[in-house]
Amino acid sequence: MTNSLLVELSRLQFALTAMYHFLFVPLTLGLSVLVAMMETVYVMTGRTIWRDMTKFWGLLFGINFALGVATGITMEFEFGMNWAYYSHYVGDIFGAPLAIEGLMAFFLEATFIGLFFFGWDKLSSRAHLAVTWLVALGSNLSALWILIANGWMQNPVGAAFNPDTMRMEVTDFVAVLFNPTAQAKFVHTVSAGYVCGAAFVLGVSAFYILRGRHIQMAKRSFVIAAAFGVAAALSVIVLGDESGYTITDNQKMKLAAMEAMWHTEPAPAGFTAIGVPDMTARTTRFAVNIPWVMGLIGTRSIDQQIPGIFELVDSAQQRIKDGLVAYDALEKLKKNRADTAARATFEKTRGNLGYALLLKRYIEDPRQATPAQIHDAAWSTVPTVPYIFFTFRFMVLFGFILLGIFLVSLWHTMREAEAPRWLFRLALWALPLPWLASEFGWFVAEFGRQPWIIDGVLPTFLATSELGVYNLVLTIIGFTAVYGVLAVIEVSLMLKAIKNGPEAASGGFVAGGAGALAPAE
Amino acid sequence: MIETLFDYTTLRLIWWVLLGVLLIGFAASDGFDLGVGALLPFVARTDIERRIAINTVGPVWEGNQVWFILGGGAIFAAWPALYALSFSGFDLAMFLVLFALILRPVGFKYRSKRESFAWRRNWDWALFVGGAVPALIFGVAVGNALQGVPFHFTDDLRPIYEGTLFGLLNPLALYCGLVSLAMIVTHGAAWLAFKADGAVADRAAGYGATTALITAVLFAGGGVLVWLGLLGGYQVTSTIAWSGPSNPLGKTVVANSAAWLANFHATPWLAIVPVIGIVAPLVAMLGFRTRKAGLTFLASKLGIACIIATVGLSMFPIILPSYTHPNDSLTVFDASSSQATLRNMLIATVIFLPIVLAYTAWVYKVLWGKVDAKAIEAGGSSVY
Repeated sequence: MTNSLLVELSRLQFALTAMYHFLFVPLTLGLSVLVAMMETVYVMTGRTIWRDMTKFWGLLFGINFALGVATGITMEFEFGMNWAYYSHYVGDIFGAPLAIEGLMAFFLEATFIGLFFFGWDKLSSRAHLAVTWLVALGSNLSALWILIANGWMQNPVGAAFNPDTMRMEVTDFVAVLFNPTAQAKFVHTVSAGYVCGAAFVLGVSAFYILRGRHIQMAKRSFVIAAAFGVAAALSVIVLGDESGYTITDNQKMKLAAMEAMWHTEPAPAGFTAIGVPDMTARTTRFAVNIPWVMGLIGTRSIDQQIPGIFELVDSAQQRIKDGLVAYDALEKLKKNRADTAARATFEKTRGNLGYALLLKRYIEDPRQATPAQIHDAAWSTVPTVPYIFFTFRFMVLFGFILLGIFLVSLWHTMREAEAPRWLFRLALWALPLPWLASEFGWFVAEFGRQPWIIDGVLPTFLATSELGVYNLVLTIIGFTAVYGVLAVIEVSLMLKAIKNGPEAASGGFVAGGAGALAPAE
Repeated sequence: MIETLFDYTTLRLIWWVLLGVLLIGFAASDGFDLGVGALLPFVARTDIERRIAINTVGPVWEGNQVWFILGGGAIFAAWPALYALSFSGFDLAMFLVLFALILRPVGFKYRSKRESFAWRRNWDWALFVGGAVPALIFGVAVGNALQGVPFHFTDDLRPIYEGTLFGLLNPLALYCGLVSLAMIVTHGAAWLAFKADGAVADRAAGYGATTALITAVLFAGGGVLVWLGLLGGYQVTSTIAWSGPSNPLGKTVVANSAAWLANFHATPWLAIVPVIGIVAPLVAMLGFRTRKAGLTFLASKLGIACIIATVGLSMFPIILPSYTHPNDSLTVFDASSSQATLRNMLIATVIFLPIVLAYTAWVYKVLWGKVDAKAIEAGGSSVY
């Protein structure tokens, strides 16, 4: 039987390290593109203010990037350290995108970032611009491969359980690459990163404008951030990744939980704007319902039904019963690999093997499970609805607030008159919102995936390493301490660099010699 | 054509070689960054000297470090059982490595952002830890792999590790850690002698001559330990199904203290690899003494490649033996991923690795030349 404290601590450690890592990732994604855009303007116009902007925002990008890299190292090895059974069970599929990420994306990004900082006086301005774009391309490709890996956890296509090796193995690599869930997540996540970058540049520029410092640079940065922000925020909202939530039973369950939709409604379903979901009574109190909206968001249609939680639990119950057939055949195969009847049965039923494993929470041998235990296991496929219901709403709310700020900012930058000071204050105060929205988004996606680590394939509570609880306690304390200290240092360096302003950032250029950086043409 | 070229056995052998290539790639590139970190408090005494040392690796360590990340990803993809077992088994040792490696990016990036003496001194120590600790622990891990590690699998192939952190830190494993540390420090010294200017390069050459000799002596001593049967030895006794399913429970393995030499007895010319592993560091030592920086760096690189390759050749076809349940040991023929994954990953490697090597070479070419005090002072906020 599993040690539930070990499982909870492993989950806590993964959540802490991954969410901490994702404080830095979205800013890397967004700023890399914004910096490359600024440098493009510099190379096209030859106006040095754009080069100074590139250097200044590049400096802040670098401070952020260092921690993104440092915390990313942990992620690459944490699966093996804390999730050994998971690593064995799905490494055949899940490992490949991680390896290709290193080979195709991270190498690109990490090799050229050195030249971005050290190459100003060693490269022509066009070559340096190419380097900057390669860094941006590398970070975005990096996100693509990581989200192909994560998308497979949400919708495990192109793979099947091999009874001879007791693990999942790839059957269709192309399906893994073009997994619609992964595609939707990629667009949504990268757009969220762009929103982060835009909100960061907008907020810091607003700070300078409010203080009356570096006005020329701040105003230009404000314009480019507002325009980029509108595009990014529209993309993140319109291309939200809920479009991937209609494919599998568990994704449907996540959608039902986000919506606290206990029973299937006639299409198109209404959207519960606010309410208080109650897990014990299995109902939502004080619900304010907006007709049609949920059906449109969830299915992009008016005639497709979105199933409710009760109906999905019924379906899970049936899949557990089918899974027991696969489980029984697998046990026979483990005893006798030559048992052709068992092999034939297993191959027909293996799609539901994961559902039988849900019973391992209650009983060592799922085949001995009572109807009550099967019923409980079916209900264990429902994640904790209120958490998901509320975090989803806050994510959406923050997304719309940011879109509003970007739109108003863009509208004001297109007018002759000076923009009002409240707008700059708003842009400054809104700085934490994209990070909160990103973290809430990941919470909805990953907490909403529970009880599965791989949707319908492997329950989370079976996936850990066989570590002592003290190992986990030690490493959680260790990571928290290191990450805590580094967070304080990072923020203090960011604030110092912002206080020093762009002159300090571009100092190296002046001494580096103007000849090497003469504007093109 | 592609099906016959890439049969399962061939793919497994290719990925066994690529595992070695990745480890060597990491040690030969990021190895000198680690070595520079470990040498930092010794070769550079004033602030400008330390900045010279740091800036010799400043623009390249980040790309080099990807070898480590890629190594993790490639082991996950090609040898999932090895990834699952080694990192969970070495959990706390791995935490120490991650702790040290997390200090490094921030140490490089943040050190020179403030003038304060205490601030810079603390980051110098962080860079020292970030260089020395991983170099030591990687060697300790190899030492444990040679001796065998306490683990077994359940019939669901759930990996169960039975040891503790202190079991990993046994004297023989620490000895292997020292080999690794000496080798990496030598490599760092070779890089500094090549790339740094003035006093830093001089001191690096001095330390490097000593650590290169230590590397050769310790590595030869490791050979003696193996010959005495003290560093383990395991042998597959059942018939090997080279293209069988990846299930480590279908074979028999016994402990045999002569087994790590068996491959060299069977194929004597392979002995050239450990011989170069001893000779190349000695050549590096002479290179340090005569200040032939390019030759020294190449000799150091070759030494690293042969020292790592020696371990692989000794153990083949075993990858990670279990001393508590030898039959559950991981081998080339029963711990890989599926044929399809090995093939897909090979295609990706064949396409992207040459591209990576090409642009990496271009970056080194752009950055060619020595780093001196003038470059640091002129660099402003562009340098570390």
